[in-house]
Amino acid sequence: MTLHIPATEAQACAIVKSVVASGTPLSIIGGNTRAGLGRPTQTQSTLSSAGLTGITLYEPSEMVIGARPGTPLAEVQKTLADRGQMLPFEPMDHRALHGSEGEPTIGAVAAGNISGPRRINAGAARDSLIGIRLVNGRGEAIKSGGRVMKNVTGLDLVKLVAGSHGTLGFLTEVIFRVLPVPERIVTLVWRGLSDEAAIALLSAALGSPFEPMAAAHLPEGMGTEQARTLLRLENFSDSIDYRSRELITLLAAHGAPAMIEGEASAELWLDVRDARFFAGTDEAVWRLSLAPTDGPKATAAIAAQVPAARWFYDWGGGLVWLAVPAGEDAAAGAVRAAVKPLGGHATLVRAPAAIRASVPVFEPLPEPLMRVTAGIKTSFDAAGIFEPGRMYAGI
Amino acid sequence: MSAIAFPVPDKSILARRDTIIAGLAPLVAPEALITSADERRPYETDALTAYRRLPMAVVLPSTTQEVAAVLKFCGEQGVPVVPRGAGTSLCGGAIPQEDAVVIGVSKMNRILEIDYANRVARVQAGVTNLAVTGEVSAEGFFYAPDPSSQLACSIGGNIGMNSGGAHCLKYGVTTNNVLGVTLVMLDGSIVEIGGSHLDAPGLDILGLIVGSEGQLGIVTEATVRILRSAEGARPVLFGFPTSEQAGAAVAAIIGAGIIPVAMEFMDRPAIEICEAFAHAGYPMDVEALLIIEVEGSDIEMDAQLARIVAIAREHGVKTVKESQSAMESAAIWKGRKSAFGATGRIADYICMDGTIPTGQLPYVLRRMDEIVKGYGLRVANVFHAGDGNLHPLILYNCNDPIEAQKAEDAGMDILKLCVEVGGCLTGEHGVGIEKRDLMSFQFNPEDLNQQMRVRAVFDQSWLMNPAKVFPLEGRIAA
Repeated sequence: MTLHIPATEAQACAIVKSVVASGTPLSIIGGNTRAGLGRPTQTQSTLSSAGLTGITLYEPSEMVIGARPGTPLAEVQKTLADRGQMLPFEPMDHRALHGSEGEPTIGAVAAGNISGPRRINAGAARDSLIGIRLVNGRGEAIKSGGRVMKNVTGLDLVKLVAGSHGTLGFLTEVIFRVLPVPERIVTLVWRGLSDEAAIALLSAALGSPFEPMAAAHLPEGMGTEQARTLLRLENFSDSIDYRSRELITLLAAHGAPAMIEGEASAELWLDVRDARFFAGTDEAVWRLSLAPTDGPKATAAIAAQVPAARWFYDWGGGLVWLAVPAGEDAAAGAVRAAVKPLGGHATLVRAPAAIRASVPVFEPLPEPLMRVTAGIKTSFDAAGIFEPGRMYAGI
Repeated sequence: MSAIAFPVPDKSILARRDTIIAGLAPLVAPEALITSADERRPYETDALTAYRRLPMAVVLPSTTQEVAAVLKFCGEQGVPVVPRGAGTSLCGGAIPQEDAVVIGVSKMNRILEIDYANRVARVQAGVTNLAVTGEVSAEGFFYAPDPSSQLACSIGGNIGMNSGGAHCLKYGVTTNNVLGVTLVMLDGSIVEIGGSHLDAPGLDILGLIVGSEGQLGIVTEATVRILRSAEGARPVLFGFPTSEQAGAAVAAIIGAGIIPVAMEFMDRPAIEICEAFAHAGYPMDVEALLIIEVEGSDIEMDAQLARIVAIAREHGVKTVKESQSAMESAAIWKGRKSAFGATGRIADYICMDGTIPTGQLPYVLRRMDEIVKGYGLRVANVFHAGDGNLHPLILYNCNDPIEAQKAEDAGMDILKLCVEVGGCLTGEHGVGIEKRDLMSFQFNPEDLNQQMRVRAVFDQSWLMNPAKVFPLEGRIAA
């Protein structure tokens, strides 16, 4: 196994050209905290972003930050926090769930479209990623987007690359829009609600003018014996006072919530963001993406087939984190059969490599879309050297 | 004006016109196939009216299946296709060519489903932008992207161009507010991309389709996010003695952690033009005007405005005028949103759409003034100050071909300036034909070739809206 660590974009281009010439596939690695995401790949060498680090651009008054891909996420967040700003999409840290070590990098956040609870209101990583530089499979450094947040010039390759898990190329710079850190954050916690009642509560709150920034439901057994339903408000302090009062009145039929803030609130949302309820177990973990009110329907259907299944809801019910016994196939049949009729999809986020090799990790696509996906892969990487098979077999 | 080239019409296609029309006839209802010159005339241009080409035929399908049949036929016949929403493109995105069939989605104008619990609406592509908000406003919801043409422009066109608007500083542009589309590809296949859920199952093909200017397929239906409206909204006018002070105030507001829902800038010529039209009570003795809108309950708006006013005072604001009523608010926004139309009453104009890093604002305003004066013309500026999306309006007389050419040249110089300071050619209007030949100024050949290879996945033969976006020279098909 050869490890390439380019120190410049030009070196990365040269490495890719030489790899194409030798026809040997390449893995891409950042901090190696998310290696368990996707299908296992067979590659002879690895291209690391570790030599490409540092903030390239930060203009607080323009709400934009750029960095080389190997820059630790923590460094980006610290740089922003020093000026009272943050990434808008609350990126998940996969280390707890995957039991991995290392430092998450900003490049992987972009390549994996890694978001968190704020996604429900502030958009995903792909919505804040406004510019990239990327080495494609020809060894060419290309750019898409830029440093301004309103930009419709040409095809939006930024979106394609966000969430492509390294299959389209090697990022050499990423540029994100950022937001101010709110003055105050509080979480309202209702207890003892059923899944259906909880999602109804979250839908009512998200359909109110009071702008919850995060909305989750933790059924009984997720951290505490009693179920907890969470709404997070972020705003100026006087607005928080007003909006929490209004929400409590609006949702009075569901009982009176507790209000927490500070460390207790932050820790609770880290549990949700990082799916820490499933840390350290040998269960397989799925991520179901659905219309929010379909969340409880999907979990009920799965529980009927897989009694040991455990789950919790983020994004108002639209994101279900599901743990099932890994078994032979991570209960893929039951999971996908439950999700498909509802128009959603399921991603196998954690499972032993053997299962990820035999069970489709990403939702299988209908034929025309699979053909388009294969065509896009070829358009970036005709030789098929970047992470071949990471997302779909043969692509 | 004739600076922008069109491809030479393909004589072999023109020669087959009767056969092509005969082939289209069974695919749609008789009244949905438009062939006479008089009836085709309304489709010869869009809002870039200086350019026009009469299409070979116009088809107005009523269903996704009809769109698929027409596209498949055109693909098989090698006939170029120009998709059309409401025809309000400012960059010529819907301008046809003589050897092309226009496929308009205007008859597909139904709102199919509204799901308040999941905060989404399913609409056909021909529904107007404002009609979506109109349909859900009684329940207190709205569709966020709000281009100035929202009364007329279609959701299909908005998706094609990734349209923005005045309120996207807080709510994002079209790509941030569309969750799914039904896309018809050139071979007639119909694909569902996305849905009511928030993220893509594989590659983000939805993100690629939005803003692809009708080059990858035709969107016939869309699932869009609807959001709950704030309890109230209040625009406030801030008049500044100089543009620099207004720009500095914008930066300071953002620096203080405040993201107003909209921050719109107008310079003195724009203020005069818009006030004469809308009688919005704009201050007339200032060089720069900011319209800043805040949202929330009355108490919240008071608190947020107090913060903003304090910052504005630190930056030498001369006039602060709060809207006192819904009517006043409407007039304030009417003035801003009719800036293009109001300008059209006093002169012909070209509306540019570059975006710049906001820190470059004072320099760019000064340089734009020099550029336009250098051509002996005048410019009025309106723009989205929070995100640096400029809309300089270059005034000229379209009956004077020399002046018209000067206006176009000045516009191109301004767009190059936007790219030079780190910005881009277009923030929300799209490339179309207007900025097509400047693409190589912003992108190098490798960048453009990568885009064209992705484009070729959907259309190898350059039949979909072919004269747009990419320079006519140097095109590749795989």
